[in-house]
Amino acid sequence: MTGITGGTPSMLPAWGGGAVPRNEPLLAVEDLHVEFATRQGAVKAVNGVDYTLEAGETLAVLGESGSGKSVTAQAIMGILDTPPARVTRGRVLFRGTDLLGLSEENRARVRGRRIAMIFQDALSALNPVFTVGWQIGEMFRVHQGASRRDAERRAVELMDRVRIPGAARRLHDYPHQFSGGMRQRIMIAMAVALEPELLIADEPTTALDVTVQAQIMELLTEIQRESGMGMILITHDLGVVADAADKIAVMYGGRIVEHALVHDAYRAPAHPYTRGLLDSIPRIDRKGRELHAITGLPPNLLDMPPGCSFAPRCPYRQGDCAVEAPPLHRIGPTRGSACHYWREVLDGSHG
Amino acid sequence: MAATGDPVLEVRDLVKHFPVTQGVLARRQVGAIRAVDGVSFDLRRGETLGIVGESGCGKSTLARLLMALERPTSGSVRVGGREITRAKGAELKQVRRNIQLVMQDPYTSLNPRMTVGDIVGEPYEIHQDVLPRGRRRRRVQELLEIVGLDPDHADRYPHQFSGGQRQRIGIARGLALRPEIIVCDEPVSALDVSIQAQVVNLLGRLQQEFGLSYIFIAHDLSVVRHISDRVGVMYLGKVVELGRDADIYGRPEHPYTRALLSAVPVPDPDGRERRERIILQGDPPSPADPPSGCRFRTRCWKARDVCAQQEPPLQVRPGASHESACHFPELYPVPRPY
Ligand SMILES: Nc1ncnc2c1ncn2[C@@H]1O[C@H](COP(=O)(O)OP(=O)(O)OP(=O)(O)O)[C@@H](O)[C@H]1O
Ligand SMILES: Nc1ncnc2c1ncn2[C@@H]1O[C@H](COP(=O)(O)OP(=O)(O)OP(=O)(O)O)[C@@H](O)[C@H]1O
Ligand code: SF4
Ligand code: SF4
Ligand SMILES: [Mg+2]
Ligand SMILES: [Mg+2]
Repeated sequence: MTGITGGTPSMLPAWGGGAVPRNEPLLAVEDLHVEFATRQGAVKAVNGVDYTLEAGETLAVLGESGSGKSVTAQAIMGILDTPPARVTRGRVLFRGTDLLGLSEENRARVRGRRIAMIFQDALSALNPVFTVGWQIGEMFRVHQGASRRDAERRAVELMDRVRIPGAARRLHDYPHQFSGGMRQRIMIAMAVALEPELLIADEPTTALDVTVQAQIMELLTEIQRESGMGMILITHDLGVVADAADKIAVMYGGRIVEHALVHDAYRAPAHPYTRGLLDSIPRIDRKGRELHAITGLPPNLLDMPPGCSFAPRCPYRQGDCAVEAPPLHRIGPTRGSACHYWREVLDGSHG
Repeated sequence: MAATGDPVLEVRDLVKHFPVTQGVLARRQVGAIRAVDGVSFDLRRGETLGIVGESGCGKSTLARLLMALERPTSGSVRVGGREITRAKGAELKQVRRNIQLVMQDPYTSLNPRMTVGDIVGEPYEIHQDVLPRGRRRRRVQELLEIVGLDPDHADRYPHQFSGGQRQRIGIARGLALRPEIIVCDEPVSALDVSIQAQVVNLLGRLQQEFGLSYIFIAHDLSVVRHISDRVGVMYLGKVVELGRDADIYGRPEHPYTRALLSAVPVPDPDGRERRERIILQGDPPSPADPPSGCRFRTRCWKARDVCAQQEPPLQVRPGASHESACHFPELYPVPRPY
């Protein structure tokens, strides 16, 4: 582990030293920008997102409501409504191929088959008028030309795999006849049906109880272990992240403000926003005292401030922050922070 | 804050069954959803009682019963010594001044067509005798200030505020009649962590200042631990364990509490490979047809024959530090408090 635990830059490994040429990563998002045309003007929802993911890895994407997590995911999946949405810049490289450059026909071939997605609200993502067996089977009929009977047989197998009790009996039930946790399992069954190489899970457990959340996360981890697929896990639950992620990307105002291995980020955050998030968790030794709170409001995406978008809320702010936007500083081979003063933050001094 | 003196709220054997009916012309009752099924506890002045449990276990129904927004099937609720379950008219209105509700969803619980000032001042319209009309505006501004909002924003509408600010508006309204008790039903669940922290801090400060008592319902167990003096764990309409926060989190006795606490993801990746976790199988049974005996027995790894035959009462058992409803409670502390 190349842990950077509040160290000074001199302790960092040499930048890029002796880098071995590698194969293309599973996914590389580069400088992605997405805007929405609205009556009030252009909503700048995603403002330069970069992240990479290898096969078998789990990347957790964190950030407050409205920071652009879902829009980024929808851009990767190619399911943004265009218009009003528009990708104004950037690339989405999937095993080296820029998905944004593909025709819609070629893109549709990737979607569902090689990249799949699970949505937060399983009830609205499932079609209420078809049985779950039919909906799972559809994956095989449409994408692989399976016969009706064959599709049904494989649907039962999948429902078994995601541990729906009495799968064969429940094949002909409708979504509303299942509990929230079971509907989420059915969504997972459909998502992994064609053994995708990449799974994007957008808040897969937010609507669920902790005990059901634990079941679902265990299931996802197990499927991942068996199939070696890469996973992007979008969540705002810092506990789920600590449990499941290999690395994290923290979003603020449509940008990645910090990316790091999960252990490094939790041990010593390198961006004031990440630090603020981790400090606001209620912990046993802080009982009876005030919780740390990030005061102020998220940036207005219609009118982004010049300079650092976190500046109005930042306890580390200096004079130049509101003027000059911080680039994503590289801190070692696996880490970056979009803060001019990442050294101070990493040292834990003040704030 | 240390709780003192007599209870401000006494709940005894509270039951709420919702009838399940069948038939189109002549609807007849074929069963009942046992949403709350025999709940008892006290709340003292300045105390916070946290209530946790899975979706559908009856937390919101309990909250509505405490507020007399719902009539119980049986049982009693006393606020400041006065029975409210059978109160009507002027008497009910009088009791309600003392107990107020703050609800989960700051996005839908505020009327979008009312200004913030009107929302916060609405209780004075309902309880005309509390404050003369001429002093209301000033008082509303004070309330906004107490919850950390700009008093000059009283003429704005809810959509002009963020989620955390809207939750503060709901709290300001809850404080308007100077109640002794505030029932918070998932007050921070819809908010981002950092904003959650602001609201939790605010509730703590108000408690210090006004000696408020809280019923704090939430499914986030770490927030409940942070704010509560005592915690009640509910399962299928029943309180299965009740004790001081340190007891519930440090030496949980009921297997369900152990499973619930172990399922909470710990926000620290160090040592995650070694963490022990009880993964419950299946879903909670339907509250319309709960299992005989102990309601947790269909998912409990310790269940024996007696669990199906005898319902375990909520009581302090030999060697135990607090009340639990299990024939075979765990009596040793957890290795690492949750
Ligand atoms: N169709 C749209 N028109 C205008 N703005 C939009 C549209 N869809 C999304 N946005 C804006 O883009 C921003 C990013 O939205 P996104 O859904 O990605 O947030 P998020 O990080 O997923 O938040 P959450 O945690 O609440 O799901 C938000 O401010 C949102 O209001
Ligand atoms: N008016 C009603 N009529 C019939 N059944 C009801 C009614 N209100 C609640 N219930 C049922 O009573 C049970 C308890 O519901 P309640 O809303 O109290 O649960 P809860 O613990 O607040 O759940 P959540 O965490 O999802 O808010 C549920 O099974 C619910 O479906
Ligand atoms: S660049 Fe300045 S304002 Fe932005 S996060 Fe860093 S210290 Fe704070
Ligand atoms: S009474 Fe029996 S079934 Fe119920 S929790 Fe205790 S051991 Fe489990
Ligand atoms: Mg989202
Ligand atoms: Mg509820």
